[in-house]
Amino acid sequence: MTNYKKNVALLMMVLFLSACSDELLKGKPDTEDESGVQNIGYNDNGELEVETIAIDGSENSYVTELMQSESFSDPSSPLSKRVIYFEYDSSTVKQEFIAVIEAHAVYLTNNPNQTINLEGHSDERGTREYNIALSEQRAKSVYKMLLVLGVMSHQVNIISYGEEKPEVLGQTDDAFALNRRVEVVYK
Amino acid sequence: MMFKKLVYLGVFLLSLTSHILHAELIIDITEGLQSKHKIAIVPFALHSASASKETEIMSQIINSDLNSSGDFAVLAKEAMLSSPTKVEQVKYRHWAVTGQDYLVIGSILQEGKTYKVKVALLDVVKKQQINELRLSVNANSMRKAAHHLSDAIYKSIMGIEGIFSSRIAYITTKTINKKQYSLFISDYDGHNAVAITKSKEPIMSPAWSPNGQHIAYVSFENKVSEIFVQTLATGDRRSVARHKGINGSPAWSPDGKKLAITLSKSGNSDIYILTLATASLKQLTRSWAIDTEASWAPNGKDILFTSNRGQGAQLYIMPSHGKSAAERLTFNGDYNAGGSFSKDGKRIVMIQAEKGNYRVAVLDRESQKITILSNGRSDESPSFSPNGQVIIYARRKEGKEILALVSVDGLKKRDIKHTSGSVREPVWAPKR
Repeated sequence: MTNYKKNVALLMMVLFLSACSDELLKGKPDTEDESGVQNIGYNDNGELEVETIAIDGSENSYVTELMQSESFSDPSSPLSKRVIYFEYDSSTVKQEFIAVIEAHAVYLTNNPNQTINLEGHSDERGTREYNIALSEQRAKSVYKMLLVLGVMSHQVNIISYGEEKPEVLGQTDDAFALNRRVEVVYK
Repeated sequence: MMFKKLVYLGVFLLSLTSHILHAELIIDITEGLQSKHKIAIVPFALHSASASKETEIMSQIINSDLNSSGDFAVLAKEAMLSSPTKVEQVKYRHWAVTGQDYLVIGSILQEGKTYKVKVALLDVVKKQQINELRLSVNANSMRKAAHHLSDAIYKSIMGIEGIFSSRIAYITTKTINKKQYSLFISDYDGHNAVAITKSKEPIMSPAWSPNGQHIAYVSFENKVSEIFVQTLATGDRRSVARHKGINGSPAWSPDGKKLAITLSKSGNSDIYILTLATASLKQLTRSWAIDTEASWAPNGKDILFTSNRGQGAQLYIMPSHGKSAAERLTFNGDYNAGGSFSKDGKRIVMIQAEKGNYRVAVLDRESQKITILSNGRSDESPSFSPNGQVIIYARRKEGKEILALVSVDGLKKRDIKHTSGSVREPVWAPKR
């Protein structure tokens, strides 16, 4: 459930010619292919240039290693639990998740340079912007508990996705329950 | 007595030739009225030096427009007893015998690069011509011109503006290797679909400016929520809100100068008014609760929004100058959210939930009566057509997100089939 972030560095600057300047309607130039790692364009001399983007794995591998460490991967460790689930239209943290939040708070206070994202989500029912607001409230409920437990505010970043990024597809109560969540994402 | 009304439609149309995905959406009638107007549209005559499909295209589009409106039953070409292309050739008994109410005939004369289209609408019962429509178009504008003719025919018979030349915006997601979110604009029937922006991160909440020239939307492309305003003619776009926390729910003021937006920078979701020219920001709501989904009344004086300050999400209304308190507007149902006004301000369309079913509902402001229009479990994002007669919304069909249309009385329902991916958040463009 952890999002591994790609840290990409641009190696070469390329100038792009707009291929669609005479269109009535222009979109954002489509400069990336599906994999997102290569761009093709024409330079000032009119020559085709391929832009290569390196995947810098250093940060990625740090998080990967951390998540593979015993305290984060052993199912009996509360740090292995990094998703907090909520009831319908509620942002109240349920009793069963308090130990999980406490464990992350202890880790973060012991590692003051460690930062996390709290990513709030909702199920698909209801309006999309209301769900954005609701899932931010969920993330903030977790955030407030972390602060009370001694975590510094600069260690936590909140982002609210509403129903835009469901964990599970489907229209069952079980699917809805798995989508009403806050993900703790180590960075 | 026969009377003739000449309607000249000066249609100067630009063509959309590249990056167009044809027939992305197909309208499929699922429920309808029994009493439909019966109409026959005879394929138009083409007087042209070069062989061309323009005649077929034009009468076919008018056929498809009127058919999809749900107000008409269009006669199949095979069932026609004659094929008149001039009023003098019409034998009314040929149309009366198949029970037709109306007849449309026409011809297209090519003069260089211009096509002169002449169309007549006839009343079969009264055996008289209702009107004549003329326009000059180039070959690339046939589709647009046909929609204008459909609008004119619809107005002559129904007495209200048609929706056939209107446009919509919507969001799609497709997963190839990674999920891709796109914001499309298209004709109301899905033709001429153009993706105006794409991202691997969510795009949501498109909103047309009142003049139809700009679209505001929310994009997470920079891994934060951010509101952009994009100009359709040039493709230029700029970020207008990127504050800490939520930047969402853009809604244009009727004069196009301001956006009501939702920000959570002061702790929780509140509504702010952003003046675009000066970038000045004024906080409109200050509650401990969620306040979001602002929508301006057509008079610009009131702002409708969703709040959970009472019990669950409900609609509230307050003056846009912010000097007096918000009043609660909805009391029925467990959940009322995502409201917006009809163009005349008399109706509000919203999502109402009861017993776990989220459906499109219309509130008549004078009578306070609420009518449930859809019958899904998680219907979303209703938006009025420019003529106020139809609502487009998103619904689930066999697990897939699709767009659908429903008449404002709830009697006519139509699904719009999309060729691939999920389609959602439709918004009808204002009339140009």
